[in-house]
Amino acid sequence: MTAPFPFSAIVGQEAMKRAMVLTAIDPAIGGVLVFGDRGTGKSTAVRALAALLPPIDVVEGCPVNSARMADVPDWVKTATGKTITRPTPVIDLPLGATEDRVVGALDIERALTRGEKAFEAGLLARANRGYLYIDEVNLLEDHLVDLLLDVAQSGENVVEREGLSIRHPARFVLVGSGNPEEGDLRPQLLDRFGLSVQVTSPRDVQTRVEVMLRRDGYERDTAAFMAEYGAQDALLRAAILTARKALPKLKTPPAVLHDCASLCIALGSDGLRGELTLLRAARAEAAFAGAKTVTRAHLKSVAEMSLSHRLRRDPLDEAGSGARVARILAETLP
Amino acid sequence: MADAPPPPLSAPPLSAPPLSAPARARLALDILALDGSGLGGLWLRARVGPARAAVMARLADIPLPARRIHPTIDDGALFGGTDLAASLSAGAHRKTAGILAAPSALILTMAERANAGLAARLALHLDGGRSCLIALDEGAEAEEALAPALAERLALFLDVSDFALEDAEALEIPSDLTLARARLIHLRNAGLPPQAMKALAGAAASLGIDSLRAPMMAARAALAIAALRGLNGVDEACLRDAAALIFAHRATVFPDVPQDEAPPPEAPPPNDAPSDAPSDAPQDMADIPQDLVLEAVRAALPADVLARLAAGRAARGMKGGAGTGAKIKGNNRGRPLPARAGRMGQGKRVDILATLRAAAPMQTLRRAGLVAGDTPTRLAIRPSDLRIKRYQHSSDRVLIFTVDASGSSAFARLAEAKGAVELLLAQSYARRDHVALLAFRGQGCEVVLPPTRSLTATKRRLAGLAGGGGTPLAAGLRMGLDVALQARARGMTPTLALLTDGRGNIALDGSANRALADEDAQRLARVFAATGIPALVIDIATRPQPSLAGLARGMGATYLPLPRADAQRLTKVLQAGMGA
Repeated sequence: MTAPFPFSAIVGQEAMKRAMVLTAIDPAIGGVLVFGDRGTGKSTAVRALAALLPPIDVVEGCPVNSARMADVPDWVKTATGKTITRPTPVIDLPLGATEDRVVGALDIERALTRGEKAFEAGLLARANRGYLYIDEVNLLEDHLVDLLLDVAQSGENVVEREGLSIRHPARFVLVGSGNPEEGDLRPQLLDRFGLSVQVTSPRDVQTRVEVMLRRDGYERDTAAFMAEYGAQDALLRAAILTARKALPKLKTPPAVLHDCASLCIALGSDGLRGELTLLRAARAEAAFAGAKTVTRAHLKSVAEMSLSHRLRRDPLDEAGSGARVARILAETLP
Repeated sequence: MADAPPPPLSAPPLSAPPLSAPARARLALDILALDGSGLGGLWLRARVGPARAAVMARLADIPLPARRIHPTIDDGALFGGTDLAASLSAGAHRKTAGILAAPSALILTMAERANAGLAARLALHLDGGRSCLIALDEGAEAEEALAPALAERLALFLDVSDFALEDAEALEIPSDLTLARARLIHLRNAGLPPQAMKALAGAAASLGIDSLRAPMMAARAALAIAALRGLNGVDEACLRDAAALIFAHRATVFPDVPQDEAPPPEAPPPNDAPSDAPSDAPQDMADIPQDLVLEAVRAALPADVLARLAAGRAARGMKGGAGTGAKIKGNNRGRPLPARAGRMGQGKRVDILATLRAAAPMQTLRRAGLVAGDTPTRLAIRPSDLRIKRYQHSSDRVLIFTVDASGSSAFARLAEAKGAVELLLAQSYARRDHVALLAFRGQGCEVVLPPTRSLTATKRRLAGLAGGGGTPLAAGLRMGLDVALQARARGMTPTLALLTDGRGNIALDGSANRALADEDAQRLARVFAATGIPALVIDIATRPQPSLAGLARGMGATYLPLPRADAQRLTKVLQAGMGA
């Protein structure tokens, strides 16, 4: 595979790009859901994200990307003990993947040829400490959704099947994309995504032409194109690292906490997860902007992407939940 | 397509400028052979016949090894995996090479049956940009179509089902592409001038094509066409023909170029903005009229294209996940059932524990039966020991509302039915039901909302529904039956709900003949009963109608008199009726 299309060369789609940068700064925000039309650069952005993330240290040969030898699960026999630096994993979960491939299963080859009971790690193991990307997440089979809900919540994958009893950490940032015209997402799964953004095709021809020109430039001379935008990607990566470092020192005044709570009450969003995500996103936003204190402005700029997917669905609401968040935001926090 | 006539002997009448359908098909195949991996591939809609055979013969020109795949291909075959049967008999690990491991021209047969899972895998592979896919779509109905993830990524679309024999034969004559290949490399290094891109992007926008992949593919196609024609740069005709090939089947808005000269507000044509177009254009195409490109696409659009496309798009939405409905047994997913003896094969999974359990009692015997020279293994497993996993899962349910929209009370009744549809959809997360809405009035019946689970799509379609006119009850029943059977063919479990307050007075042929209308309705009721599809007849007249009770009996349906039904009550009754 050649280098993926650089993140900073994506034209427009600011909300989507911002949401991805925020989760890169603070993975605890918990993933991004991108809903929108086909051919709007959803998958391009996710694949480009990998280049933006700082590399991680992992124990060589460990299927769950453990940071230290002490963290390697006891069933792993292949770990060498050497620590190597690797890009943050971004794992694709294809639709219709079998449960075996997702959670892992008995290694049939070793069971049959050597009579050993060994575990073959699945996609969840490989996504540990990284990203798990599901394209067309709204078409995902129900039983896989149930499985993901559980693992995304507990951060641990427990396999109890075929005589195996295995557990390993599976903490990943969930990134999903899909087209709402083809089906809705269950609210339980919606809630597991920290941020959600709507993407649409650019409406003016000039922007569309710019998209075409950049893609053409990338395809015609990938090396030169990467040289041009790779530098911008590097700057962005540096900014993300700086923001990560600044995050713990960031001050959160009580007034902002109060704003968070009153906004969520006014919206009637289910559960406290909305408030926590809103606060985390606002903190990441402030850190990215280089501020020392979180302000109401930071809160307001991330409110829609943090909350629009957590509202109770109202079949009679024509405008959509994004507009509802904006309206109540204007009323509650002038 | 209802009664598929034999292909006509003469070419179908087509608008002459700029390219006839056979010429367009030939052009499509030529540029596919030139730049297959760049264009993603071809979506070929055709039944088996000479035209399809001709197209298939031309695929040999693509400079990639051809690999045939089918919709039920498993991951092992695609990505490679352990060849269990061979490993067992050889006593050593045998691997199969995956089809997707090397670049190839993939030929997907019965492409309309490919599910979203396979489409996602192939789409990911196509995004790598090294392979191309030829999807052979034999779909009989507009609703049976290629999975959207693939339709989006395949640049070209050809429908050769109406081709005459001589067109098919002409299509088969190979082209010499050696020169064009060399030329294409030069052309691609030079790239497409920004004005040409602007024209393509503008045309795509006015055709209501949201995806940005389409204009990019059109740009690639234009370069390939220029190479094919021996040009040193892309000219107007290349752009026009590229747009006709790439945009025609993606259009969602019918562009009205000749009648309306004013450009649509969101898509100003490039010659409206001379300020940002460089004055020293590299070629003489500073102002490619976007109208010209649009005109070409228009000529390529079949008459009923928009209706067909809309139906196809809406119907594709429901090929997704699973929900509560009829139980389906399979080897892949769902709740486990006891394992069964069987052979390894397509998509089957071995139940290791059950296999070992079956082999265990035989171990001593088999060790004793070893011939000298055989290596004793720890475990002797024979093919007869293999146990295959089986699962049971539930298919999606779809509730088909067939609503009487005739007469004076139509408006209120339709409004309540619409309310019930939205309520059911809003509550259907847990059970994941699909809902469809058909309305019959005047001369016939129309699908207001094809089966969907999406509230977003529903709201858009339900806005603005007319009522009034006669009561073509039979037409409504027929359409309901069609939709139900189609849903069942897709593995869903349909239920029909018929909302009406009276007897039909329009017969199937559209005539206002009450006796004939009654007879038609009774006949359809019998057909309906034979299919075994569960149904509810909801009588919303102020006084229960005996004729409707009779119809319900004929259909084998439940009869429910429900005067002054509102959306809430309807929803309750329907949920009870579906056994929710």
